[in-house]
Amino acid sequence: MALMASSRREADTQSFPFLVYVLTPLLALGLQSFVPLHFPHFAVLDLPLLVVIYFASTLRAPIGATIGGALLGLAQDALTHQPLGVFGIAKAFIGYLAASLGVRIDTESIGTRLMLTFIFVMLNDAIDWILVRHLLAEPIAWGWIYQILRAAINTLVAIILFALLDRLKSRE
Amino acid sequence: MESFFSRYRNALVLIGVLVAQLLALAVQARRPAAESADQHTVSLARYVVVSVITPPERLLHATGHWFGSLWFGYIDLIHVRRDNAGLKQEVERLRLEQASLAQDAQQAQRLQHMLGFEEHYIYKTVPAQVIGTGGSDQSQVLYIDKGSEDGMEQDMPVITADGIVGKLKDVFPHTSQVLLVTDPTSGVGVILETTRIRGILKGREYGQLQVVDVSPDSRIKAGEPIITSGGDQVFPRGLPVGNVDNVVPDPEHDPLVDVLVRPAAKLSQLEEVLVITNLSDAMSPQEVKDLAESEAESEAEQKRASDVLAERLPSRIDPNAPADTNPEQLVDAEGNPLKPMVAPKPDRPDKFSPNAEPDATEMVPGQRWAPVKEGTEELAHPRQPQQPAQNATAASASGTAQETTPGGSTTPVHANTPAATAAPKVAVGAAVHSEAPSTASETQPGGSVKTHVVVDGPVSTTHKTVTLPPSEIPAANQAKPRSNPQPAPDNNSPPQQPASPQGGQR
Repeated sequence: MALMASSRREADTQSFPFLVYVLTPLLALGLQSFVPLHFPHFAVLDLPLLVVIYFASTLRAPIGATIGGALLGLAQDALTHQPLGVFGIAKAFIGYLAASLGVRIDTESIGTRLMLTFIFVMLNDAIDWILVRHLLAEPIAWGWIYQILRAAINTLVAIILFALLDRLKSRE
Repeated sequence: MESFFSRYRNALVLIGVLVAQLLALAVQARRPAAESADQHTVSLARYVVVSVITPPERLLHATGHWFGSLWFGYIDLIHVRRDNAGLKQEVERLRLEQASLAQDAQQAQRLQHMLGFEEHYIYKTVPAQVIGTGGSDQSQVLYIDKGSEDGMEQDMPVITADGIVGKLKDVFPHTSQVLLVTDPTSGVGVILETTRIRGILKGREYGQLQVVDVSPDSRIKAGEPIITSGGDQVFPRGLPVGNVDNVVPDPEHDPLVDVLVRPAAKLSQLEEVLVITNLSDAMSPQEVKDLAESEAESEAEQKRASDVLAERLPSRIDPNAPADTNPEQLVDAEGNPLKPMVAPKPDRPDKFSPNAEPDATEMVPGQRWAPVKEGTEELAHPRQPQQPAQNATAASASGTAQETTPGGSTTPVHANTPAATAAPKVAVGAAVHSEAPSTASETQPGGSVKTHVVVDGPVSTTHKTVTLPPSEIPAANQAKPRSNPQPAPDNNSPPQQPASPQGGQR
């Protein structure tokens, strides 16, 4: 498993059609809000986070990933009843990390994606928990088994999702 | 300096974004949402996102609803006529039942008004479709397709037919956000229906429900229903909440316990909800009409029941019927009356009438004027003629007895008087609830009398043997050497015969 970027192709920045940048986050938000109505366990997924990870690690632009992650997180905050900024902070930080790592490592291999996604999901939940528990002083649960399961499920879904999004790339 | 910014540009942007959001979070956390000055800004941000996200959701929901209607409304219509007829009958039955319940509720409402309570009843609800969720398992919220233009307001309770769901948190023009009761930040005042224990219902992690900080009580059993208490000023009183699932210790507030609750409403599969938009004690015209019909029917049923009862039972007292001399014979073996009942006639004049007693200046100390309590004998009255000797039976608990004189008249003898205690007079019925001594005498050689005196005191009975000289023996008692106490007369026993001049004892 090649973890580090070993070729110019792997380190090149890639691009997508403009509509993909717009519709993919909106679709992620919409599905995240709509599907749990009929499949309650779907809420264990965090599609906006997976989208942030994918675009950040693929585009390898830390500033864009930070701002994009912040905006998507704020939009996700707006759908909840908690104060705006909880998901925004977490996803901005995850976007920055994913973009920074994407410059240095090969983010197109399955192994790398599995490991990075698992770590980022756990880190995202940890930031959420710290902010809600200690900054907002609101009750929030943390169970290691649940969090690990959640991260594993999101990782498995991310492999499929990333493969689908790879098909939307516009290579030059 | 320029190289510093260019070198750490990415990190600086990250720090700037994070600090800005942290400041925004701090502002929102410091000021409650309702009092915040920038509430408009926050609402605007939410409004923008909700306006972008919810229309596709409404479209998706409407599409799914259309397909569902197509199937269930045109294709899957087997047995619909039969179901319709059954449902109509059910509606009629429920309307009558509702009217009956409304009558009870009206009565309870009047009583509670008397007690100073202000009771709210559900008057108007608006059905709404659930079109989305908060999208996070940390935030238990829903979105419905009704907003401020449909009359929605903040903090309106949301329910289903099964139980409570939550309350409206944010209201947009065409959409509203519902905060579920399973959210950890929600709170509902509840009562455990059987044990009447009050508590606060809050959300637990992973969408569970619990009544927090309840005093340990062994009466709390699994399955006990829980209803709203109305104390939160959001939910009306008496709505079903759920059932007790388990009782677990509260780790943060020992020795209090948390009561885990199984919600009555299926919160994970909500499609339609009802928003209570008006709480009022008034009734709708239909309810008033149903109530009037129910009252009329109830009166008719009561009248029919009273007529049936009148035919089965002896109804009136016949004034021309003979006097009831032996009531037991009027009843058969099963207790059913055989003859019309007649009012019993008094066997003696009333002595309890006002002004029947003499003035206090005419009373003699130690002499009773009131009749005895449990006996049938009445006391002599100085201004009234003496009762005949047939009534001379028992004395009283006050220690009085009657002395039968040879002339047939009786005079009261008080147990505390020397005449009652020392002289072996014949005390009629003195042993019955009496402090007066009863006597048993036998004539000794020389004319003296050896008398066995039995004194029934309030606590114990004492036996004494007294020898009296012949000079102290009254003539009446000398003729009768032994006298046994007479038991208390029974009210049902036949009237006693007049006492004999020798003492009236047989």
